[in-house]
Amino acid sequence: MSGLAYALRKIIQDRSALLGLILVGLVVLAAIFAPLISTHPDAVWDMNPKLRLLPPSSNWLLGTDRMGADIYSRVIYGARITLMIAVIAVGASMLVGVPIGLIAGWRGSWLGEILMRVSDVFLAVPQIVLAIAIAQTLGPSIENVILALSITYWPWFTRLVYAEVKALKNETFIEAAIALGVAPWRIVLLHVLPNVASPIIVRASIGMGFTILTAASLGFLGLGAPPPAPEWGRMIAESREFLPQSWWYALAPGVAIFIVVMGFNLLGDGLRDILDPRIRRSHDR
Amino acid sequence: MTGEALLEVQDLKISFSTERGIARVLDGVNLTMRPGAIMGLVGESGSGKTTLARAILGILPSNASYDGGSVRFAGQDILAMDPTAFDRDIKGRRIAFVPQDPYGSFNPLFRIGDQIMELMKWKSPIRDANTGSLGALLTHYPRKRRQADREAALAMLAEVQIPQPERAFKKLPEEFSGGQRQRLLIAMAMMTKPDLIIADEPTTALDVTIQAQILKLLKRLAKDRNVSVLMTTHDMGTAYEICDDITVMYAGQEVETAPIGPFFANPQHPYTARLLDSLPKPGAEIREIGGEIPSLLKAPSGCRFHPRCHQATVECSAARPGITGSEHVVRCFHPLRQAAEVRS
Amino acid sequence: MNATSPMLSVQGLARHFPLRNAFGIRTGAIKALDEVSFEIRPGETLGVVGESGCGKTTLGKTLAGIHVPTAGRMQFEGKEISALTGPQRRAIAQRLQYVHQDPGNALDPRWTIRRSLDEPLATHTTLSRTERDARIEEILTAVGLPSAHLDLYPHELSGGQQRRVGLARILTLKPRLVILDEPTSGLDVSVQATVLKLFRALRTKFDLTYLFISHDLSVVRIMCDRVAVMYLGRIVEIAPTEDLFSNPQHPYTRSLLSAIPEIGGRRVTETFTLEGEPPDAGRLPSGCRFRGRCPSAAPQCAEIEPTLATADGRHLTACHFART
Repeated sequence: MSGLAYALRKIIQDRSALLGLILVGLVVLAAIFAPLISTHPDAVWDMNPKLRLLPPSSNWLLGTDRMGADIYSRVIYGARITLMIAVIAVGASMLVGVPIGLIAGWRGSWLGEILMRVSDVFLAVPQIVLAIAIAQTLGPSIENVILALSITYWPWFTRLVYAEVKALKNETFIEAAIALGVAPWRIVLLHVLPNVASPIIVRASIGMGFTILTAASLGFLGLGAPPPAPEWGRMIAESREFLPQSWWYALAPGVAIFIVVMGFNLLGDGLRDILDPRIRRSHDR
Repeated sequence: MTGEALLEVQDLKISFSTERGIARVLDGVNLTMRPGAIMGLVGESGSGKTTLARAILGILPSNASYDGGSVRFAGQDILAMDPTAFDRDIKGRRIAFVPQDPYGSFNPLFRIGDQIMELMKWKSPIRDANTGSLGALLTHYPRKRRQADREAALAMLAEVQIPQPERAFKKLPEEFSGGQRQRLLIAMAMMTKPDLIIADEPTTALDVTIQAQILKLLKRLAKDRNVSVLMTTHDMGTAYEICDDITVMYAGQEVETAPIGPFFANPQHPYTARLLDSLPKPGAEIREIGGEIPSLLKAPSGCRFHPRCHQATVECSAARPGITGSEHVVRCFHPLRQAAEVRS
Repeated sequence: MNATSPMLSVQGLARHFPLRNAFGIRTGAIKALDEVSFEIRPGETLGVVGESGCGKTTLGKTLAGIHVPTAGRMQFEGKEISALTGPQRRAIAQRLQYVHQDPGNALDPRWTIRRSLDEPLATHTTLSRTERDARIEEILTAVGLPSAHLDLYPHELSGGQQRRVGLARILTLKPRLVILDEPTSGLDVSVQATVLKLFRALRTKFDLTYLFISHDLSVVRIMCDRVAVMYLGRIVEIAPTEDLFSNPQHPYTRSLLSAIPEIGGRRVTETFTLEGEPPDAGRLPSGCRFRGRCPSAAPQCAEIEPTLATADGRHLTACHFART
């Protein structure tokens, strides 16, 4: 696909997008190769009271936490949890939000209106409040965090797709496809969807950053995975009572969150710049 | 051309720098206009007619550069002129502009009365001592001049047949049709009492019956006020309607200039002749020119028409033909007049 | 369907666009098409001319199925099509095609040429891959494009080449009737000549019938067998081409013709007399819609709306004072 090669080439030219790509890449690689790059892969969930709250040293690169586990390793493994939450939440939002947006935008009139009002209702719910409610009812767990995030994020995709589809409907080539007698579902899947793919990708990338931050907030509030799971937000919450002496305890997961969120945001911004003008350019002659 | 020329463009070269290279949009163009005449600047896409029209006014895009040549207006080299003086005295005042697109040329948010008076504030033919040195927002519009300008503006709107000018002043641009907006644009150009109006395809966006009305109006106003008009168009018919003289351009080069009668009766440049031939004529075969208009990024050398010309010889690609003729000017090594003589 | 019955027959076709105020309540309608009736015979080229707002583009799109008619009936090849919807209506597209003003824009910018040309065949026919490829090659040759272009994207072709691809796409279906919507609008004169020659060649080669919509009367004159003149949603005059140009009967047609520049002939700016502009399409005058600008208007024109009438059966005019 010439588009991918073109996008990659353009990312390399854009410094901040490239930085975003590198940061995201590093985190993804860290998550995948966690057993290989963490120093104490077995001790992530262990309790070693004698080793608790040690400052960073050559043995424990980022120090140890209150249970005596190596913070560096926990942060690395925490990347797995964080990315998994984000990918599933954003993915589920896309799977729900995009088709609804397509239908609403293409059919329009009363069906479109109803669907958009429904999405408005979901948008009006603050994510954290809903997550707390779900955690209260169903118990704190990663699955419930993902549920809360997905339920509140899908309208963003719907609104985006709805607007794009409405605009696209007036394009000449869509009209030509209609005139040609192509069935509507084929037009939507083969003509409309590829043309709205770019904004969706941009939104997904930025959404990853947004979701990770929210997931970390939920973890911080104790709503995510229960201990001893090395979830970054929870780690920061745990560190509170040991600050400021054990400064490394909060710093590591905090910096990790910062890096991954910034990475996704830079990447998303860069993608937006790359993907949009290209569409315009291929429309122009 | 007899008499003192109002506008003299000599050997003007302009290029645009684009992502894909440098486009030599004007390749040493000459143009002469006598006072009080209407000159048609005819050409197809890429001919450079719009660039030439805008170059005279200095309203080219930022990626344009002047590579040579001169533009003399009323004896003064305006390319070499101080930009502030040019903006103040010439641009929009002695040389006015009628743009092509009546729909996009007005600010949709402001009433046209406000837009017209804004123009008059800066470019009114009544000059006063205040030349706006305080900047746009702080400069005062003296009451007496404003009233006089307003009267003049309303009178001009009546001249261009806008009904009820007082009420029109209060309307938004969207309340006017395309034809009416074009009349407003012409009125605004005329209000500043210019010596020369440059009209860029003024009727292209209009229906043919409205076009006829606008051309009629433009010609009458220009002749009544002795204003010269340089009108660009891609339509020979439009040029035939109101122009006294005509200049044909191809791919950044001017190829033929003549008064309207001799031009249509006896076109001398092969391109001009082929172009006139390809106009639809009932009962006749459709004649094409063959080939395509060249890209200005890699324009042919010498005479840019030579790849498509049946009479081309080696010298046509080697160098650009010089100017031959005085009233009826053509730039060709084998103008048709000569070819006819050779045949007979 | 025999050789003399019409290919397309239209009665009372109407397409109204509702006007809504700020609350979404309908306050009126723009009658873009209003009571249009005519026929197209097999093999002929029928021109439809008029200025902006006359409804010719709406007519083209309604016939092509892009717009749904508000009223009226259409029969294509003897079959009633105005009530068809869904797959049945779409199936008609194989034989009744529509070419946009700029056919290059009608291509999906993300699809290769090959894919764009294959789409109509995949939609309407059951030809195999090889058969479809063969048909595509045949059409490419007919429009004068090399097969090397198949793997390119639209933005990699010139405007003229895109246009040819757009035409080729229509022709892969070997339609019977092709609606051409402003095919030469905005084209340079030299390009226009080439495009018109192409249309003529394709007409012969594929035995096409054209509905030629254009505002350019000089082009219509050399391409069409008959011409229909539209004004504000109605046909005001329809006649064989030379008949219309040499003997225009409707006052609007006469004004329209007198507005066309004639190089070497009389100057329009000296002889043209039509004043004013068409009235607001949402609030049409009573009776004849042209009466506000018509030099021959009389009291009856405000009361009775004229309908198309004829003396010789070939030249029809909608005017109370049609000189026959």
